[in-house]
Amino acid sequence: MNERQKKALDNLTSVVETTYNQLNDGEIPVMNLPLRAKKNIEFDPIHDVWKYGSLQTTRTAKTVQGAQMMLRTMYTAEFINEMIDQGKSSTLREMYYISEGWHNAKFHTQDEGNLLAEDLEIITHCMREDFKLRPEESGAHVYGNVDFKTMTKKGMKDFNCIDDVAETGFAIPYNCEKETFEIVKTDAKFVMAIETGGMYARLIENGFPEKFNCILVHLSGQPARSTRRLIKRLNEEMKLPITVFTDGDPWSFRIYGSVAYGAIKTAHISDFLATPTAQFIGITPSDILNYDLPTDKLTDKDVGALNAELSDPRFADEFWVNEIQAMLSMNKKAEQQALAKYGLEYVTNTYLPEKLTNLGIL
Amino acid sequence: MQSDEPVKEAAKKSDKLNIAEKMAAKQQEISVTEFFEKNKQILGFDSRSKSLLMGIKEAVDNALDACEDANILPEIIIKMNRVDEEDFIVYIEDNGPGILHKMLPNVFGRLLYGSRFHALRQSRGQQGIGISATIMYGNITTGKPAHIQSKIEGEDEVAWKMDIMIDTKTNRPIVTNDKAFTWEGKEHGTSIEYTTKGRYITGKQSIFEYLRDTAIVNPHALIEFHDPDGKKYLFERATEQMPPRSKEIKPHPEGMEIGDLMKYSQNTQQKTMKTFLKNDFSRITDRIADDILEKAVINPEMKPGKLSREDMKAILGAIQKVKIMAPPTDCLSPIGDTLIKKGLMHILDGLRPDYYATPVTRSPKAVNGNPFVVEAGIVYGGEIPADSPVSILRIANRVPLLYQQGACAITKAVADIDWRRYGLEQRGGKGIPYGPAIILVHVASTKVPFTSEGKEAVAAFPELQAEIGHALRLCARNLKSHLNKMERKTKTHAKFEIVQDLLPDMANKAAEMLKRPVPDLSRTISKIMNVVWIEPAVIKSKKGSRTITYTIYNYTTTERTFKLHAQLPKECVNLTLFTNPYFLDMNDEGKANWEIKAIPQSKMIQISFELKGDLADTFDADDIYISGINPVAVMGAEAIPGDWGIKGLEIVESNEEDFVEEDPEEKAEEEAEEEELKFEKEGDDDE
Repeated sequence: MNERQKKALDNLTSVVETTYNQLNDGEIPVMNLPLRAKKNIEFDPIHDVWKYGSLQTTRTAKTVQGAQMMLRTMYTAEFINEMIDQGKSSTLREMYYISEGWHNAKFHTQDEGNLLAEDLEIITHCMREDFKLRPEESGAHVYGNVDFKTMTKKGMKDFNCIDDVAETGFAIPYNCEKETFEIVKTDAKFVMAIETGGMYARLIENGFPEKFNCILVHLSGQPARSTRRLIKRLNEEMKLPITVFTDGDPWSFRIYGSVAYGAIKTAHISDFLATPTAQFIGITPSDILNYDLPTDKLTDKDVGALNAELSDPRFADEFWVNEIQAMLSMNKKAEQQALAKYGLEYVTNTYLPEKLTNLGIL
Repeated sequence: MQSDEPVKEAAKKSDKLNIAEKMAAKQQEISVTEFFEKNKQILGFDSRSKSLLMGIKEAVDNALDACEDANILPEIIIKMNRVDEEDFIVYIEDNGPGILHKMLPNVFGRLLYGSRFHALRQSRGQQGIGISATIMYGNITTGKPAHIQSKIEGEDEVAWKMDIMIDTKTNRPIVTNDKAFTWEGKEHGTSIEYTTKGRYITGKQSIFEYLRDTAIVNPHALIEFHDPDGKKYLFERATEQMPPRSKEIKPHPEGMEIGDLMKYSQNTQQKTMKTFLKNDFSRITDRIADDILEKAVINPEMKPGKLSREDMKAILGAIQKVKIMAPPTDCLSPIGDTLIKKGLMHILDGLRPDYYATPVTRSPKAVNGNPFVVEAGIVYGGEIPADSPVSILRIANRVPLLYQQGACAITKAVADIDWRRYGLEQRGGKGIPYGPAIILVHVASTKVPFTSEGKEAVAAFPELQAEIGHALRLCARNLKSHLNKMERKTKTHAKFEIVQDLLPDMANKAAEMLKRPVPDLSRTISKIMNVVWIEPAVIKSKKGSRTITYTIYNYTTTERTFKLHAQLPKECVNLTLFTNPYFLDMNDEGKANWEIKAIPQSKMIQISFELKGDLADTFDADDIYISGINPVAVMGAEAIPGDWGIKGLEIVESNEEDFVEEDPEEKAEEEAEEEELKFEKEGDDDE
């Protein structure tokens, strides 16, 4: 049991103790949590990331939902206790199934379990990873000239992310903390995080990482925590600039937002996960015009998402407000792979070099 | 020279005459039939799907009327066959009294022919245009005659059949193939078969919907329907009870127009004005007749046929000034609350509604000399779609109205009610509400005021609309009290789940993990429940007596004092009631009162008594009321109704905020989480 795990255990026990004492004093048990919503996101100037503000929500055993969540907290705390004792870990999915045996405390959907795990992080100031709870593997990969030392069944081993891996790259483990994962060395000049698998494969096939000496990270949609953590560590420990290359649609802006500013759901650990200096390459709405890309019409959901972003404090700067409004007025979106309109080499020979030069990376 | 002029004049005159003659030649008589042929939409034949429905509607309405007149339980068979895309053969058969052979051509082959045109009584078909219009529409659109069969009751009566076309110029039937025949297995009844153009639809405004609604409001009828695809629907009889036969009444002078008076005075058998007023109108006595004639300055011995326009105006003016009793209302035949409920339950049971609000039948009213009565019923819950506007079943004289919903007084009355007060969703408290409900409104009158000849919507005049509103509100109140009970049950259930399952689990788990004793939960439970909980129990003995026990828990944080009330069948009570320590008194009506004094926190008491005799089971143990305590602080009993006649209903309660069921912050959090889930890109960032 390491220090962090011991701290996690102590904190969980004190949560249980609080509830016990409230019951023992004849009180209605309550639990205070920061409000996890857009309106309670504040900029933290020390870490340059967005974190929860001071708005609180009270969970009370007066309602069935509140009582249920507190009961689940007990069971989950006990479960984590056992896992740490026995040196095991479990996926969130497994915990959802294990809760089948928890009677009244059972999770009805996996979301309930995930949310509770995040609640516990907030209450105990520990990370989910400390609780030995992990997500499914996200399918995110890394490719480029970088050496990692990571835990295998046969102890810690070194991997070079070009030489020692298949063409898809190195699979990012669920826990990228120092105990099991180290960044050994790299001569790369920057990191490029890419939304889609198709573009990631295109850049590898075109030899982009070797030619421009960069590390590619495949985000695989909205990036998992470990992916964001790895990007953050590459930035902090290797002093590498981070760039993000996504589709040109409202949802992709949020992918960039969660890499650079922190996600609303995980704002309590934004300082661990977010990389405030990450730069957005595109596809921007201006790119759609400048490069005359094939487009799709915005759906009603897209428009809703863009409008929600306009009221999101994380996107409240000149660049984003202009781009979002530009997209709303042109009523169009484009995929990364729309660049193939000009041939398969276009993205690596023309688009990216141009954009990266503009950003001052090349 | 001089003689030329008149000749020219004459020539000029004859020129003029020629033009007038020419015009006169064109101004030929337009028969009623021809007029209607050109204005089909007046009768409702304005679209193909509607025409198809109108024909069936007219035939079924007539059949139901005929059966009612003859006191026969109706059995109606409707068969539809598709000839091709647009042409249908429609066959409608009833078991009515049948129609005399010589009358058949006129009944089916002449517009505006019928027995009802001058009578005032509640009936379905009011104008007598319907069925012949259907036949004519068939004639015009397909060129084929209608085939009629009819047999009247009697051993030696034969059945007759014939084909009928209508000559649209003369409004006269053209009969062919007129034959007597033996109608196997038929004692009496009439059938009609016609070919017509039309479009068959299902769903809203369909023939099925019309027949279903007809079955609801005519629970004494059996209706069998074969649709064009060969599917058979059977709406069985829900009751053997015939609706009472509606009576004919003479016209009431109020609201009469000059045209009516003209018609009546021309056609009367009466020889003098006085007898005309007295005998041809309802509610006019010798005294009133004298009064009217005096005020109108008309000789009582004058012949009615001699009335001038001025005289008529004077009479109408005088009627305004004389106080005349409202028309008799016993001529109406409302469906009645029991049968409305039965009809609704019978037909709508497939939707498994949770609740049939007790239907309301208002007492009859009169406006403009026409008596009318309004009835309403509401069905709620089950599989009735919750996210669409409520369906409104509009019924006039037991006939469902399917078209022009927006123009109808019934719809307007529904839209004028703030349904939010009664538990339905409604934007801004106006318009047709949303929710899993079906609203039925029946307007019965000797003369339902329709907006048009097509009889599709009830005209909105204030007295009628107000009556509909009253009926609906009464009915909605029943619905609301049901919904309140349901909500209370849900909340109670939720609280019990917390105190009986979740809290003990929580205490046990926490104690187990911390290796400490399990805490006593009673104080926490009182704080969470924060109600006085009243639970009735009924034990029936073999001898037919019932023991009622109310268990009263004080799940609040303070001691409580209040009163309990119940209306008991007083013939059934015995000493067990009077000797109960909490019993106060009981009055002549059987209203019994108990006083619960200072029941401490977390404690329980019981009140028990026995009821004996035939009426013992008329007492519903759920009908228990409280006073002297905030009803919000009590579960299992309602606040005593205002008309109970008990004073001292003051509510003493200080700690209001504890009764807030929903924690606003909790709610905010839920909403926030929901918003957040929508906000992230599909797929959680963990998967």
